[in-house]
Amino acid sequence: MIELFLTLAPDWALRHAAPLLVVIPMMCAPLCVFIPSGRIAWFISILASALSLFMALLLLAQVQTVPGGQISYELGGWEPPLGIEFAVDALNATILLLVAAFGVLAVVFSWPTVAAEVRAEKRAMFYGAYLVCFTGLAGVAITGDAFNMFVFLEISSIATYVLVALGASRDRRALPAAFNYLVMGTIGATFFVIGVGFLYAATGTLNMADIATRLPELEGSRTVQAAFAFIIVGLGLKAAMWPLHQWLPNAYAYSPSFVVVFLSATATKVALYALIRFLFTVFSPEFAFEGASFGMLFMPLGIAAMVVCSFQAVFQTDVRRTLAYSSVAQVGYMLLGLSLGTAIGLSAGLLHLVNHALMKGALFMAVAGVVLTYQGTTLRDFAGLGRSAPWTMTAFAIAALSLIGVPLTAGFQSKFALLVAVQDQGLWWAALLIVFASVLAVIYMGRIMEAVFFKPPHNPQKIHKEAPITILVPLWILALANLYFGIDASFPIGLADSAASAVLGGGS
Amino acid sequence: MTEDHHVILRVVAKLLIPLITLYAFYVHFHGEYSPGGGFQAGVIFAVAIILYSLIFGVPAALRAVPPVFARCLAAFGVLLYAGVGVAALLGGGNYLDYDALANDGPGEHVGQHLGIILIELGVLFGVAGSMLAIFYAFAGRVAEIRDEDW
Repeated sequence: MIELFLTLAPDWALRHAAPLLVVIPMMCAPLCVFIPSGRIAWFISILASALSLFMALLLLAQVQTVPGGQISYELGGWEPPLGIEFAVDALNATILLLVAAFGVLAVVFSWPTVAAEVRAEKRAMFYGAYLVCFTGLAGVAITGDAFNMFVFLEISSIATYVLVALGASRDRRALPAAFNYLVMGTIGATFFVIGVGFLYAATGTLNMADIATRLPELEGSRTVQAAFAFIIVGLGLKAAMWPLHQWLPNAYAYSPSFVVVFLSATATKVALYALIRFLFTVFSPEFAFEGASFGMLFMPLGIAAMVVCSFQAVFQTDVRRTLAYSSVAQVGYMLLGLSLGTAIGLSAGLLHLVNHALMKGALFMAVAGVVLTYQGTTLRDFAGLGRSAPWTMTAFAIAALSLIGVPLTAGFQSKFALLVAVQDQGLWWAALLIVFASVLAVIYMGRIMEAVFFKPPHNPQKIHKEAPITILVPLWILALANLYFGIDASFPIGLADSAASAVLGGGS
Repeated sequence: MTEDHHVILRVVAKLLIPLITLYAFYVHFHGEYSPGGGFQAGVIFAVAIILYSLIFGVPAALRAVPPVFARCLAAFGVLLYAGVGVAALLGGGNYLDYDALANDGPGEHVGQHLGIILIELGVLFGVAGSMLAIFYAFAGRVAEIRDEDW
């Protein structure tokens, strides 16, 4: 299957898959500025995302077949320690596939919601901003250069602030949410670049693989330790690590539906990838200060996120805010997985990362369908929707079950893997807390499901109104993926395992 | 209007604006050998138009250089930069490998010269366009200061 795919692909695509993945959306974004029609910009965005997905698949296939499992691409023909390098291994090939796949699904789904929520003259520019955001996220995931990563992180973040603020035509609260996100995100980026600066001062290089080879001899250096602290805080802010997540609930609650679908599945995931890259490839768990940070920082923060944000999710009356708090809680699960520092822990965290994108993508798509047809996101608006929009709500229910972690769904697979990994370290209390947080998930998703399926409609005149087909198709693709990967999880587990072993085994 | 309060300002500005524009391109083309380059040149270029709008009023500047033009200029800059990279790809090199842009003999660096000038031109357009767009976004919000309020 992989061999066939590789032989069918044209030669230039094989050779230049890494830069093309980033360049195609980057060139389509300014193209959208010249185009007056939002619909044509939508087609361009679909095309660009689909081509990027193709390149991501090529990269994944190449990573799985080349000896050593690493692809390096020299930008501008300059050799890596001096020039900028795009370095792809099993870990970021997975993340790239995730970003590109969700880019395609989200952008296909987007047109009806964008037509309803964004003013006509802004639609083409809106898709341009989306493509810039996509470029940035893909760039963060693909680059092998620490400063280049900062640049791409800022590209994606600045585009994201714009995208969130465009929710203002539906709800004016999008503006303070975007501003809040801008302030927090900029602080995060500043911390990250200060950390990279310290690393550069200590090692004299910006290439991540090169930094990694030079760091062991500098282990006691205060500069390196300060760099570590700055980078953790900076990326923690971007990844919504508890308690640095304050920007997230409002940004998710008030941004346009398309933006929240895309961001919930990709943005925090990419920041988390950057965190993993720095923790395991650039720095190494063998350093005393990093080993300490796993037990003293990531594990408590991860568990606190799981429990506290699940509690907060229970008390929200807005469905989108419930899901947003749940997102922060899920980041906690992933942090707990990587804080174990073991291969199975990291693999479980990555598996949950992929699965969480699947379920949150589906949930937010279903909510977007409701926003489109009934103009509301509160629990009252959801009452009785099970009867008036059965297809949308069935997909919502499947994804909700997956979020809770019911057997035969993707969420169960990753939570189970996490439990095994935690048990492996003998941390039975952490295992108990995972189960407890899942019970909280039963409560907060249960409240929504109860309203949807058992309460009478808030407005009895509600007619039978399903979301349009362009929303239903990507929504059901995701819902069925949740079921499929719950029954046969060999594909995501294989990806997560090879990613974890690539990061822990060979690199450092 | 019987008398013009700002006649000196206007005359001096009219003299300066073409020089500033010219200087922007000097900074651009000299960026290869001396401090400077596309970013600085772009800012200087935008400053010429911003000066025009400060002296002659934002509406006049909006007529001369409409915001749509500023936006398209910025987008074109990005396209030019990325396009040079793609041209290098088509020439058989890696992305942004300027050597692939020209058929260099040994010891020649025509491709490198061409590449850096073109991408810096892209930066110039991009920065000038964005600066103007940002200026218009802010300047468009406040009412014009009337002559009597000076």
